[in-house]
Amino acid sequence: MSRMSSDVPAAPRPSRWSVLIGFLGSMHLAIALLLTLALAAALGTVLPQNQPSQTYLMQFGPFWYEVFDALGLYGVYTASWFLLILAFLVVSTTVCVYRSTPMMWRDMRGFRLDIREKSLERFAHKESRPCHPEAPDTVMQRAQAVLRDRGYRLRRRQDADGREVLSAMRGGGNRLGYFFTHLAIVVICIGGLIDGRVPLMAAQLLGGLEPETRQIPASQVPPKSRVEPSNPSFRGSVEIPEGRSADVVFLDLGDGYVVQELPFAIEVKDFRVQRYENGQERSYESDVVIHDDTLEAPMEHTVSVNHPLVHRGYAIYQSSYRDAGSLLMLDMYLLGHSAEEPRRVTVRVHGRYEQSLSDGSVYTLEFLNFRETNLSRELDEEGGERVHDMGPSMEYALHGPDGETRYYHQLMEPVERDGRRYLISGVRAGTGEPFRYLYIPVDPDGEGIDRFMALVARLHDRQVVESVVDEVAGEAAKQFSGEDDRVPREVVRNTMIRLMELFAAGGYDAVIGEIRQRVPEPQWDRLTDVFGRVLNETLRALYLRVLEAEGIAEMRGDDAAWLDDALTALDALPRYGSPLFVRLRDYQLHQAAGLMVTKAPGQKVVYFGSLMLIIGVFLMLYVSHRRCWLVVQPRGDGGSRLLFAGTANRNMLEFDHEFAALSRDLLQETSAGGENGTGGRQAR
Amino acid sequence: MSVPHDTLAVRRPGLLRRLSLADWLWAVLVLLSGGVTLALFGDWMNIYQILTLVVHVGVVIWLGWYWRAFRPFALSVALMSLLGVLAYGDDLANAESNFFLEYLLSGQSAVMWMCALLFMSTAAYMAHMFRRGEGGEGLSASLAVGGGTAVVGAGLLWLGSAGIVPGMQWVAPLFLIIATGALAGPLVRTEFTAHVGGALAWAAAAFGLSGLFVRWRETYLHDPTWGYIPVSNLWEVFVLFCIITVLMYLYYEGRTRNRGMGAFVLLLVSAAVAFLLYYTLDQQAHQVQPLVPALQSWWMKVHVPANFIGYGGFAIAAMLGIAYILRDWGERRRPGGLLARRLPGRQLLDDTMYKSVAVGFAFFTIATVLGAMWAAEAWGGYWSWDPKEVWALIVWLNYAAWLHMRFTKGWRGTPMAWWSVIGLFLTTFAFVGVNMFLGGLHSYGEL
Repeated sequence: MSRMSSDVPAAPRPSRWSVLIGFLGSMHLAIALLLTLALAAALGTVLPQNQPSQTYLMQFGPFWYEVFDALGLYGVYTASWFLLILAFLVVSTTVCVYRSTPMMWRDMRGFRLDIREKSLERFAHKESRPCHPEAPDTVMQRAQAVLRDRGYRLRRRQDADGREVLSAMRGGGNRLGYFFTHLAIVVICIGGLIDGRVPLMAAQLLGGLEPETRQIPASQVPPKSRVEPSNPSFRGSVEIPEGRSADVVFLDLGDGYVVQELPFAIEVKDFRVQRYENGQERSYESDVVIHDDTLEAPMEHTVSVNHPLVHRGYAIYQSSYRDAGSLLMLDMYLLGHSAEEPRRVTVRVHGRYEQSLSDGSVYTLEFLNFRETNLSRELDEEGGERVHDMGPSMEYALHGPDGETRYYHQLMEPVERDGRRYLISGVRAGTGEPFRYLYIPVDPDGEGIDRFMALVARLHDRQVVESVVDEVAGEAAKQFSGEDDRVPREVVRNTMIRLMELFAAGGYDAVIGEIRQRVPEPQWDRLTDVFGRVLNETLRALYLRVLEAEGIAEMRGDDAAWLDDALTALDALPRYGSPLFVRLRDYQLHQAAGLMVTKAPGQKVVYFGSLMLIIGVFLMLYVSHRRCWLVVQPRGDGGSRLLFAGTANRNMLEFDHEFAALSRDLLQETSAGGENGTGGRQAR
Repeated sequence: MSVPHDTLAVRRPGLLRRLSLADWLWAVLVLLSGGVTLALFGDWMNIYQILTLVVHVGVVIWLGWYWRAFRPFALSVALMSLLGVLAYGDDLANAESNFFLEYLLSGQSAVMWMCALLFMSTAAYMAHMFRRGEGGEGLSASLAVGGGTAVVGAGLLWLGSAGIVPGMQWVAPLFLIIATGALAGPLVRTEFTAHVGGALAWAAAAFGLSGLFVRWRETYLHDPTWGYIPVSNLWEVFVLFCIITVLMYLYYEGRTRNRGMGAFVLLLVSAAVAFLLYYTLDQQAHQVQPLVPALQSWWMKVHVPANFIGYGGFAIAAMLGIAYILRDWGERRRPGGLLARRLPGRQLLDDTMYKSVAVGFAFFTIATVLGAMWAAEAWGGYWSWDPKEVWALIVWLNYAAWLHMRFTKGWRGTPMAWWSVIGLFLTTFAFVGVNMFLGGLHSYGEL
């Protein structure tokens, strides 16, 4: 810079400099920057920020994805052009403060006793009295008293010719308001910059730091993706399972993350979700222990939302939670594989479980999630909202031998519908779809599903089906014989077994499909009707076997209703798409607390700046800088020639009243003195 | 004439000497109520709560001294709230058995009264705008405006209730209010309707505020663990918006002694009321629900009200901007016409517009700073570029630019009026739009 400046001729230099300063400090630039900043910031709210690049790719297509990426639209607030606008605003404000402060200071401090009467004559607020009866000294004394009384500060000057000038001012703080507000913007931006991601981005640009994209344990992350504890400011998060501790947090960077090392370890002893009586979340709390060599003993503390722990300038927040492998005790029923008795299995959330069936196929269950509370909102009789807890639930994926995956949602507690209780289980083919629910009627005890499972097992048991068919075939044969008289008993029997097989494999739809495939159209309706009745009769007989095994001799009302529900469920079971039915029996909760750890040394700077801003705004808007001048010249007749003028930079309507009151008190014109008034302005 | 004598004569009395007996009575009354509160509940209050009480006593005394009309208002609010709370006792079920609670004082009923009174107040101010002039001038304008808006309002009502364009029935009241005012206006010649409008607005604000106070108690009656200050969801802040905007307007009405601004400001408040009615009757949003953990913070009690003083100021400025534009247009088109004669003068509008932007800006600044401090405690950072934060910044930058142009470039009049109207759109988006369209950390009130 200095070398360059020596090359430049001396004369234009200051002008170029002042042109630059003039440009940077100009109001037009400032307003343009304010509005550009607003627009740019708005852009960032319309386009969701910092999503995975796949999301944008799908939304915009490859071409526009590249364009927007180059413009930095996926992370507007960290884009270089955005930071550049901010920097420009800071520079512009700084220059503005630099340029205007001396002027403001003079305005605030200077009484401008050298003001000319010609200037005063042009003021909107003025009173002139060419022939005032009182002596200059009297007027001056009173003026001083009046003005001082109203909070004005005064300066007085006497010229050689006896002319006296009294300058009064009040509310100079207004000018301070200008200084405070503008400096505050600079201070806040600097504070924000200290806490911003600029150092991290710089480290990335300079090549020292590389984001890690693999999902590997923190201890295996190589040094080039690690940040020393000395990093002055960051905002990272970490999930710590109950009973475990961590001495690092993760910072998102680019498409990956880096590991920020902490100078202490955080242990999470317990994580809790406190609930209101109706089940809604009341607070999230983690009992943490800080293990720090600088502490004499580990420090215990409970952090919760809105109540962070601050330790050595690091603030620890409760920010999220997730399941960290809760134990799930399951009853596993193998549908259609004769196992009536469930297998008792214990698994972990995020774990897998393999189940092979009698035909040799292997199914893998992947346990995705567990929720202790499921709230449903329903309207009560008076239109009020009632929140109801449906109890724990889990989600798992079932990977079949053919590579197909289905997702299941399982509630632990039966739900009530129309006064009857069902265990419900949802299924969907993809994570984006809604669940479709299977309603299994529960046993008379209101909890178990043994009866239903016994029915399913018998339906798939060839021997049982054959014996049931034998039992009811005689009755059924009459139904078949409606049209062509002699249907051989063997045909009837085989047809019935076939019907049961079809129903077990595909529900009523499979039966209807078979009819449509086998017989000509005119017979469809009749056969559907006949087969339906025969099928239901057989199923009913099958059900009686189940009841018999329970020691119940005949069907009562409840049992009949149960059968209706069971048939609906059996019909839907093939669409459930799983040879397994998993019932959640019990659980042991194990959670991880998501903690956010931040270090923001700029926070105090920002708060200081904010305080300055607020004080400045009030000074600027609500303190009016008012100044008055009184020029008194002695007249030969012992009276005086007066000029009283004033100005204010805020709240002109109020100043109208104040100036009127001031001049009234100051000139003290009784009705007799009124004739001295000039210029048509009233003095009373 | 001796100098000392004169000096004494012009001396302005100090603040304490300027206070009247009524002023002192007011101070004693407020102090006394603060003292009684402290005596009754002091044992349950921590130091911050006691400090808050002391600050409130100071502020209420000062408000009563600075703005006399505030006193009867504050007294009625105190009386109604006390009656409501006492009528409840410890049982929420009293809301249905106690006559006063059911029809007047319970949080829900009082807010519904506020809504009704605000509609009536708007109509009265509107009537004042269309009052009969000398020689019946303006009658044709009343008939034209009244007839037109009546037809539009009835049409919207029909479209909405017949289900052709659902939701239009909630917009219709605004037109019907204008129609009522315009058609009824010519019946009166004096300032009477404006006085009625003012009285109704005061009553509405009193009902609204006492409604919120009683609701505060109700949140505890629902369940002691729920209790929260009712400025926590979209329904409650809409009530707050109506109260604050109306009070700010009434202050300016008193200060400027001009009742011509009421029709404009109250029309906007009526729009908020229309939304509130839809939100209550159609969406059942008035239900008391416990707070999610993020909202359980001391900061909310200061952040939200400060914000709404800001929104209120900006809203008033925008409506006065519209009045300014109309007056300006009217003066140029037909200097003797209704617009040019009935609307407040341009200088008054311009000045009041500036004042409301200024107070809005000052409190919006405070609210944003408080919001940042709260965010630092709840979300782990004072600034996260969350959509709500960004839009608050946009609103702030917009009015900062507005004030800059006025102060440094001396802009006045029509451009500033248009600008404050545009500002209201930005403010509205920041207030409700962000929650509806953009989500983010602030999405508490949902539609």
